[in-house]
Amino acid sequence: MKPKHQRLTLVLLALAAVLGAGGIALSALEDQAAFFYAPGDVGKGVPIGRAVRLGGMVESGSLRRASDGVTQQFTITDGVSKVPVSFAGIAPDLFKEGSGVVAEGSFMPGGGFKATNLLAKHDERYMPPEIAGKMHKTESLAP
Amino acid sequence: MIAEAGLAALWLAAACALLQLVMAAIGLRQTRGETIDQLFAAVRPVAIVGGLLTTISFACLIAVFLRSDMSVLLVAQNSHSAKPLLYKFAGAWGNHEGSMLLWVTVLGIAGGAIALLEHRLAERTLVATLGAQAAIALGFFAFLLAASNPFARLDQAPADGMGLNPFLQDPGLAFHPPTLYIGYVGLSVAFSFAVGALVTRDVGTAFARAMRPWVLGAWIFLTLGITAGSYWAYYELGWGGWWFWDPVENASLMPWLAATALLHSVTVLATRDGLRAWTVMLAVIAFSMSMLGTFLVRSGILTSVHAFAVDPSRGTFILALLALYIGGAMALFALRIGTVKAGNTFELLSREGALVLNNLLLSVILGLVLIGTLYPIVASAFGTQLSVGAPFFDKTIGPIVLILVAALVAGPMIRWRRDQWSALAGRVIAPIAAAVIALAALILFAPFKSVLSLLGLAFAIGLAVASVAPLWKRDLRRAPLFTYGMVIAHLGVAVSLAGMASDSAFTQERLVAAKVGDPVSIGPFRVRLEGIKPVIGPNWSGLEARLSIQRGDGAKFIMRPEQRFFANPPTTTSEAAIATRLDGQLYAVLGQPDTGGRWQLRLWWKPFVTFIWLGGVLIALGGALSLIGRLRRERRPVLRERYA
Repeated sequence: MKPKHQRLTLVLLALAAVLGAGGIALSALEDQAAFFYAPGDVGKGVPIGRAVRLGGMVESGSLRRASDGVTQQFTITDGVSKVPVSFAGIAPDLFKEGSGVVAEGSFMPGGGFKATNLLAKHDERYMPPEIAGKMHKTESLAP
Repeated sequence: MIAEAGLAALWLAAACALLQLVMAAIGLRQTRGETIDQLFAAVRPVAIVGGLLTTISFACLIAVFLRSDMSVLLVAQNSHSAKPLLYKFAGAWGNHEGSMLLWVTVLGIAGGAIALLEHRLAERTLVATLGAQAAIALGFFAFLLAASNPFARLDQAPADGMGLNPFLQDPGLAFHPPTLYIGYVGLSVAFSFAVGALVTRDVGTAFARAMRPWVLGAWIFLTLGITAGSYWAYYELGWGGWWFWDPVENASLMPWLAATALLHSVTVLATRDGLRAWTVMLAVIAFSMSMLGTFLVRSGILTSVHAFAVDPSRGTFILALLALYIGGAMALFALRIGTVKAGNTFELLSREGALVLNNLLLSVILGLVLIGTLYPIVASAFGTQLSVGAPFFDKTIGPIVLILVAALVAGPMIRWRRDQWSALAGRVIAPIAAAVIALAALILFAPFKSVLSLLGLAFAIGLAVASVAPLWKRDLRRAPLFTYGMVIAHLGVAVSLAGMASDSAFTQERLVAAKVGDPVSIGPFRVRLEGIKPVIGPNWSGLEARLSIQRGDGAKFIMRPEQRFFANPPTTTSEAAIATRLDGQLYAVLGQPDTGGRWQLRLWWKPFVTFIWLGGVLIALGGALSLIGRLRRERRPVLRERYA
């Protein structure tokens, strides 16, 4: 093979690989990207049963343990709207009432949210950008 | 005084970097003459002094932390006099400013090390390389001195500090960040080599042989750093997961993927003088990924489970540096690569061809990780908040990793220059048979598990068989050390893949609310909650559960998961208890009590999960053997030349 041809073959191969990867990536992003919702979005319609994230503050006084001892129920709020959340598992260490949380899971028929995972931060001084953004929008909540 | 000395050393080191850059630039403008020789002779010592000065500056930071000098802002914000000594020491880099100083220190030391150790590179290329290294250092010195001074003083020292984030109070902090940074920033050497070679248009086998040990060295540390970080997150975060596809993790994976590709392409360049432009490009990309990672981690632009206090305003500064260096190197590449002579060509079915396939697949994986990591930023620019997590990465990268592993089975069995398909078919029969038998056995005994993890296990077994093939029928005492290195590193990939697949296929999980005395069964174990008692540590108090555990009729043993309460800053952390057995780990986390006296317990039985990190260590060990082997063999001709 002449050097020119070989380089062309390699470039075409690389191009095909990149395009293929891009195709896979886009099609996977279509259904795999977890969209981020705030409690205020629930009224505007949310997908039921799809993997999404819900972020906001854990409302003070809302945290309850169900009778099975492992399921926790609480309310995520953005200061205006509220969403009841249930979570079976051990909550992360920084999860507490009155602080920020991102819940991974899906919305259920009837407006509740079933969380499969709770994300709280390593650092109590830190607030996830998504929450900071959403909080800023409502502006009704004290810091 | 120590803080002032540290700051002064940092300024002096920055001055050295500037001097180094100017000397290299002036020296390279002319072609010959006495001044050139003098300039060239002086560049090396300046680089070494610069490296020493940054090291002194970093030592000063450690000193103020060890002495708990609360008049230094950084110490007051991140340390506490009651902290154990190890965490006063490691706490020096458990914060933004300190970790950036560590970053710059590694950069300075790397520059000094090139000046001190590199004798094989052509003189002009070496000077250009040191100039490039100085240019990178200058930008990050500016960032430290202007936007993140670690030595800033407080007018009035507080009585005591705010304390280190308790999550970081772990031996992992002493090991993981320095190792990762040596790898991360060590890749700057490859970047500078590439820039140096582009400046002098001197890309060839000699250049590749000189660059290879540096790439290998950085890659070994990067591998160890990622492995250590994964294990640390696994036992500290208490979720039983070892990789979360979190942006911060991806930030370390991307340079690793690029460096792994570079490691293989540089071998083609060193052995067969092929892939010249591509290798130079990869060297630029690898360190660009390190800088991109630094930007992602330090700017706080993405939500991460590993992020600790970040200041968004700093992101702009790093982004500017990123654009400057990546843009500059790419522009140089575009201008110069046309004038670099093309290297050798090769047959499709040859070791060279196989290594091109390796590079192609690693680049595709790198591209997918990059897209998945950056997509949320792009989307948020268009007003959509979303996050990309494990489902995306598993679905896209899982299958490509399997293809890569299949290529890895055949690759090392293919000859350089040219090979026959029929001969290759004969060589790959054994590993393919092993994989097929393993798959059949798995389908028979564990039919309901996910397809990807079963395939992963079967491929891992095939790869394990294939990886020792290069030693097959050879005199084991005479095989070169770097062949052993390759065999062990590839075996490490198989071991790690087996661990990942086994963890995802066979992990069992129990979540219960147990009263004292209640029995729980998990996997092959019977667990009983014996009691809960208070415990006290050096700067925390806590609750400890006593679990007695029996496997079949074996001896009972005790596990003690804890909840710890730290006063400075006030935080609760749960400390998982992990029992390691040959065939896996039992992982226990203690949760909250309820009003009825029941305690939440979360238990996992994870068969062969330890293989994941064992594989990582094997990969790094293979790299180390390969590095020693290469240095030994390639030093001989150099020494002969020098003393002839």
